Amino acid sequence: VTRLPPQPGERLDRSTSVGFTFDGKPVQGHAGDTVASALFAAGQRTFSRSFKYHRRRGLLCCAGQCPNCLVAVDGAPGVRACTEPVREGMKVEHLNATPSLERDVMAVTDAVGGPFTPPGFYYKTFIRPRRLWPLYEKLLRNVAGLGRLRASQDEREWRTEYRRRHADVLVVGGGLAGLAAAIAAARAGADVVLADEGPEPGGRALAEGGHERARELAAQARAAGVEVLTSASALGSFDGLVAVWQASTLHQVRARRLVFATGDVEQPLVFAGNDLPGVMLSGGVRRLIALYGIAPGTRAVVATTSDRGLEAADALRAAGVEVVAVADLREGRTVLEAEGRKHVSAAVLGALDGADERRVECDLIVMSGGAAPATSLVAQAGGRTAYDEGRGHFAIAELPDDVLAAGAVADHGDDPERSGERTGALAAHALGLGDAPPPDGPADRRAPEAVPPAVAGAGRGKCFACLCEDVTAKDIHLSVDEGYDSIELSKRYTTATMGPCQGRMCQLPAIRLMAQETGQDLASIGTTTARPPWSAVPLGALAGRPWDPAKRSSIHPRHRELGARVMWAGDWRRAYDYGDPQAEALAVHESAGLIDVSTLGKLIVRGPQAGEFLDRLYPNRFANLAPGRIRYGVLTSDAGRIMDDGTICRLDDESFYVTTTSSGAGAVEQWFSWWLADWRMEVALTDVTQGLAAVNLAGPRSREIMGRLTELDCSNEAFAYLDGKRAQVAGVAALVLRIGFVGEVGYEIHFPAAYGQDVWDAILEAGAEHGIRPFGLEPQRILRLQKMHILVGQDTDSESTPFGAAMPWIVKLDKDEDFIGKWALEHAAEHPSETTLVGFTLPDGDVPTEGAAVLDGRGEPIGQVTSARHSRQLGQIIGMAWVPADMASDGTAITISDESRRLRAEVLTRPFYDPDGEVLRS
Amino acid sequence: VSYLLTCPNCGTREVTDYAFGGEVARRPRERPTLRELGAYNYFRRNVAGVQREWWYHRSGCRAWFIAERDTRTNDVHWTALPDEVPSP
Repeated sequence: VTRLPPQPGERLDRSTSVGFTFDGKPVQGHAGDTVASALFAAGQRTFSRSFKYHRRRGLLCCAGQCPNCLVAVDGAPGVRACTEPVREGMKVEHLNATPSLERDVMAVTDAVGGPFTPPGFYYKTFIRPRRLWPLYEKLLRNVAGLGRLRASQDEREWRTEYRRRHADVLVVGGGLAGLAAAIAAARAGADVVLADEGPEPGGRALAEGGHERARELAAQARAAGVEVLTSASALGSFDGLVAVWQASTLHQVRARRLVFATGDVEQPLVFAGNDLPGVMLSGGVRRLIALYGIAPGTRAVVATTSDRGLEAADALRAAGVEVVAVADLREGRTVLEAEGRKHVSAAVLGALDGADERRVECDLIVMSGGAAPATSLVAQAGGRTAYDEGRGHFAIAELPDDVLAAGAVADHGDDPERSGERTGALAAHALGLGDAPPPDGPADRRAPEAVPPAVAGAGRGKCFACLCEDVTAKDIHLSVDEGYDSIELSKRYTTATMGPCQGRMCQLPAIRLMAQETGQDLASIGTTTARPPWSAVPLGALAGRPWDPAKRSSIHPRHRELGARVMWAGDWRRAYDYGDPQAEALAVHESAGLIDVSTLGKLIVRGPQAGEFLDRLYPNRFANLAPGRIRYGVLTSDAGRIMDDGTICRLDDESFYVTTTSSGAGAVEQWFSWWLADWRMEVALTDVTQGLAAVNLAGPRSREIMGRLTELDCSNEAFAYLDGKRAQVAGVAALVLRIGFVGEVGYEIHFPAAYGQDVWDAILEAGAEHGIRPFGLEPQRILRLQKMHILVGQDTDSESTPFGAAMPWIVKLDKDEDFIGKWALEHAAEHPSETTLVGFTLPDGDVPTEGAAVLDGRGEPIGQVTSARHSRQLGQIIGMAWVPADMASDGTAITISDESRRLRAEVLTRPFYDPDGEVLRS
Repeated sequence: VSYLLTCPNCGTREVTDYAFGGEVARRPRERPTLRELGAYNYFRRNVAGVQREWWYHRSGCRAWFIAERDTRTNDVHWTALPDEVPSP
């Protein structure tokens, strides 16, 4: 392991060593190293195998932009080694090579596959015979891709939190321009957030001689109150909201002004063998030297189109690297080919036409093909770019009012600080803060640059335009030949620009090649649409923290103690049964049962117009309901469809107590309050769903049990069916509703939730000598089905009307007042529904699956089963089904098709149990 | 979709705090024809431009209010409780 002497701006703490493994082998690095710098210092040159041809790839940008150093860290694939800090004990593994990076069997596609793997290869080759596609797909899926996701998400705790941050100004990019912008805006009094993708702000300056100034500005920014987010990548701009991912947090930043100081992306040159390990961008070379004290090679060749390459040559010499040749395109020379099998061993330099060719032995080719402004986020935020002939790249041409750009992305890279300062002041001033900066923009003092050719050295070997997806110059040529001659089509066909670099390094080369092939100019070809994400992000970061909110009734702990099987019911955790649903249902018939129905929606509707309000919402009448009496109601929409159902008790002249289904509680409250807002009646709505617990005590012995718990006269004369009374139950103020919830004499007791367990315990204790049993949701389903009570959403769907659901009696079309659904129900009353909900019975045996089809004589489906249960009380199978209206008469035989079975059932249109309600009223 | 909306009771919040109630539509006052009823129940104008619409502050005060919004830009011109809506 050799390192250069300490560099002035290096990020290393050479006194602390950090050990990790790469493919099982131990590697030592220093604190401050990245995985890539530590591996490179340890002699590693091949970091990955390419997507399609499995060619060796080495370090290129060292800035987290290209795909070349993607590895898996501790099992998570898709991590860029060049930006991932080393941690003691981390397990780093290669991706996309079998069995190893050094010996990859799929590399055969590079040797023989070249001519056979043009764009569209899969679609063309694996289309026949069609029946083999499943096999092809399996094989291809194994070969393609970059790494394997873990099959299960064991460690979920790393997933992110969301944070919403509102600010005056968000600066994206913390190079000199971004820092200066943030400082200027903050000093003018703006609340500023700065997001930078690096571990410390400073950008290119950190590795290119400006580290002192960068760190000075970072300190000034913090002192000015800027919230500086580091290792924080901006993922995209979504209608002005910028998502910034920072390790365990996804910041959703909404700022009144956006300042993009995203810099530029140094472009590779397209030449033969330009993907060999040992071919690097000048920026990558400079980062290795300056930040990590590593000499990237021993003999270097530099090929450049601007001064960047020359500055890199100086830096290399200072690091003791021999620079054996410099090909400056401004002088007509460039690199035509990189030679070498596993690594660069020589470079062929020459003029573009191949003249004056010269072969130079070297182990490093440093290229700098100009710079493309990183405009993707700007474009997402509404900016427009246009081709700049002189610079040979796409530059910002137009910005929305609330979006600004500073530094290199705005082509002001010559004086980023001045550009930033001015832009920050402009952003603040637009918000009424600080003074407007002087009107003059920075003068363009940049040295001239040459525009690189689309490709050099074509014909000498593969010239890669897109490293991520292994797309060569020839592939673009072929795709244009096949008619994919617009950049958007070519992108989709060749997949160039669709890989991990998101077009950073391939969009411009692809456009240049397209121009060369079609003869169009770059301006008319244009760029592809910029889309999020701009930076790679784990899906887990977008998914957020695993979060399954559960509601539990205040009695819930008791259910657990009683051995309940707890299951999800909507948002609620509920007792499904206590071990024996049939026996629990029987107990309700024979003695008494107790069920927790705290989940029911509960609303108090109060006010002088409360009765009128309910009359306008329900198809039946409530204004004429006597205080202390209860009526069942079905809620319909204006299309006459059933939305929800429940019981309503009139408490006094002006107050009604409305219960809804458990799952419909929120929607009904929203529905009621919406109409109330529209009608503006003298009615107040109070949702007491969470505040009140409720239990239903039912069974022949329930009256005696109630008698022991209250002072109420519970005789049938004094407390009749559908009476509602306020009383103390077990010492707790309660509303007691005598309703037919499960078909036996029963009392539904509503009371403050805080007393949930006390009342529950008291009832079970009072009922113990009568053989009371708690019962869960499943026995409740059986009991309610016996009474043919519909379950909204199970027995009805969004098309069901009360007429179809066999409840015409609930609709009072003779009501004088208008009500929601009236017109549609009037129409429905005149046009009988084609299908009707009926009950059916089967001899004891198989219970049909809910959803099974009802068949006609020819075996065609004509209806479906919505509920079916075995009833021990009745000794048969009972259920409900939608059938054609003409079959809705007692005794009609229907055939139910359930998988391979054909079941013969008999229609019944009245409740299976106690059809006349005599038990209920007794 | 991502923008801010001001609840007349609670103040400015992310749009994800609210439930959208659709464009403001007049419920027929008199008995509609079947066609009118169908249009009221199932048709929306779906304008590309400025419209008045219902919003419900689901994760807040649970009040319904009306907003005037440009559906092309998501610029919200104003929000108001139903009593305080300016006449068009």
